[in-house]
Amino acid sequence: MSSLIDFRTCPTTGLKVDRAAEKLIKANAVAAVVFLAIGGLFGLLVALTRWPAVHFLPADMFYLALTAHGLDVLLVWIIFFEMAVLYFASAILLNSRLAGPKWAWTGFGLMLSGALITNVAVLQGQSSVMFTSYVPMMAEPPFYLGIILFAVGALIGCGVFFGTLVVAKREKTYEGSVPLVTFGALTAAIIAVFTIASGAIILIPTLLWSLGLVSHIDPIIYKTIWWAMGHSSQQINVSAHVAVWYAIAAMVFGAKPLSEKVSRTAFLMYILFLQLASAHHMLVEPGFSSEWKIFNTSYAMYLAVLGSMVHGMTVPGSIEAAQRARGLTKGMFEWLRKAPWGNPAFAGMFMSLVFFGFIGGISGVVMGTEQINLIMHNTLYVPGHFHGTVVAGTTLAFMAITYILVPLIFRRELVLRKLATWQPYVFGIGVAGISVFMMGAGTLGVARRHWDMTFADAILPFDYPSAAFLMMGLNGIFAVMAALGGLMYVVIVVGSVFFGRKLAEDEKPSYPEVPPDSAAVGHYGSSESLKIPGTAFLVGIFFVAFVLYYFVNWKYLSEIWPLS
Amino acid sequence: MNEKDSPDQNESSDSGHQDQIPLMQQLLDNPFLLLVLGIAVPAVFYIIWGIIEITQIPIAD
Repeated sequence: MSSLIDFRTCPTTGLKVDRAAEKLIKANAVAAVVFLAIGGLFGLLVALTRWPAVHFLPADMFYLALTAHGLDVLLVWIIFFEMAVLYFASAILLNSRLAGPKWAWTGFGLMLSGALITNVAVLQGQSSVMFTSYVPMMAEPPFYLGIILFAVGALIGCGVFFGTLVVAKREKTYEGSVPLVTFGALTAAIIAVFTIASGAIILIPTLLWSLGLVSHIDPIIYKTIWWAMGHSSQQINVSAHVAVWYAIAAMVFGAKPLSEKVSRTAFLMYILFLQLASAHHMLVEPGFSSEWKIFNTSYAMYLAVLGSMVHGMTVPGSIEAAQRARGLTKGMFEWLRKAPWGNPAFAGMFMSLVFFGFIGGISGVVMGTEQINLIMHNTLYVPGHFHGTVVAGTTLAFMAITYILVPLIFRRELVLRKLATWQPYVFGIGVAGISVFMMGAGTLGVARRHWDMTFADAILPFDYPSAAFLMMGLNGIFAVMAALGGLMYVVIVVGSVFFGRKLAEDEKPSYPEVPPDSAAVGHYGSSESLKIPGTAFLVGIFFVAFVLYYFVNWKYLSEIWPLS
Repeated sequence: MNEKDSPDQNESSDSGHQDQIPLMQQLLDNPFLLLVLGIAVPAVFYIIWGIIEITQIPIAD
């Protein structure tokens, strides 16, 4: 069978590339970037409206923009890109043909149709129910129909991924265990199946309700099952972007994981426990017992956090081990000082790792603790947290690997290289600012999803502390910076795909540099090195920050909630 | 086909090889078992347990 498939050999990595898989990767990546541009524009409008001095949009347009922003970037951009990652991590890394390319195109068509249908429904103005679409708020039927079609398409994509694993094993295109990057993608695909199934369970009845065929949807049942989809969809991102971290470490440095066993066990923690973090959205619901809340968010979820902390050490650790093996052994940090900070793939990946851990990770644990969650539940702290995980973590990591995939998969040289060097810093710092200042405003009590933090038209006046206004002003400034970084990314990618110099069949791209030992990305194997003093020191700083921030929040809780 | 290539011997050699692989690695190498676990654990602890708790909320008079 495989002899009938059209393969080419990548001149850089030596991997066999199934051209059918390559076309699907391109299609999904292009769709992803288009929706990132649309969703990013809506995000800028939201941030400019939340900036008190600007307050750009009227209320109805604000909620429309917020709905479109959440939908396009939190779901559409990321899932399209994840489809590209799944096909890359299965067919390409396993040197295999893609199972069922026609099914994959069907899935792509459904996803694209669904995304367009939902976007049109939102833009028509009658479905400004925000991404969460809590009942009893009702959107137009096409809103739900589009999301369902998109989810079915993504499920087909996951099926093609699993099918490709079976084909690769049966046709013996690899030996032993799959590479770690493929295992990370497998983790993402497993969580995606749970996510999509949960979405179907709740959104199909909600569609029938919006059509008038079902009389009532229970709000608490809706909220519980919706978050099994809504929060788990962000766990797909976490698994996928951690896989991307390992891929970039391998493709830029030829780095092998410190220990395959340890990294895989960390991914297993994700498979078993990461989805349970959905419960943190229900922590103030009176209908649930403390046992349910605390088991899901403060016991099981910590096992997934342990998995993230393992990855947070082993990814930079594997880079340090590879750099030291090249002779960069001076002191604790020569390996890091002499890392290729001008390579946007590395710079984006490393900032993604740091911001995800320090901003998204620590705040996630704080929000998952039932007692201190009360300080910031449903405030702007929540979007601050997930901009740290999904944007500074996932989006930045996906942007970073694009700089490698455009030359290798699209076979085009990157254009505007100077701009590409700066892009991860502009976007990364912008998003980090958004996250930190929204979390600051949330800690001061600023509600999420509210159009006007001055409550100008409210019957009963309420004033937030002036520091909260400063935070939202700074949030606006950093949002403009992040939008600029996003625009730079779109210009570089679109410019490269359409106007970059075409590479000959056996020509290696000149930028960014991908060394010959990048083929490590497609192999199972550990470096088995524990000489990583620099990483150990950085992990120590992380733990100090983690403990301090955690206990500062308990101190803060004791001050706003006196028990004596 | 010589004796070395006999199907029986291959099967026993495969199963012998399988025995040498640690249980944990067998789990990690089985994507469909992982899929079942990845669906069952959150379905039981988050969704089913959660729905049971919701159904036990007393109805207001």
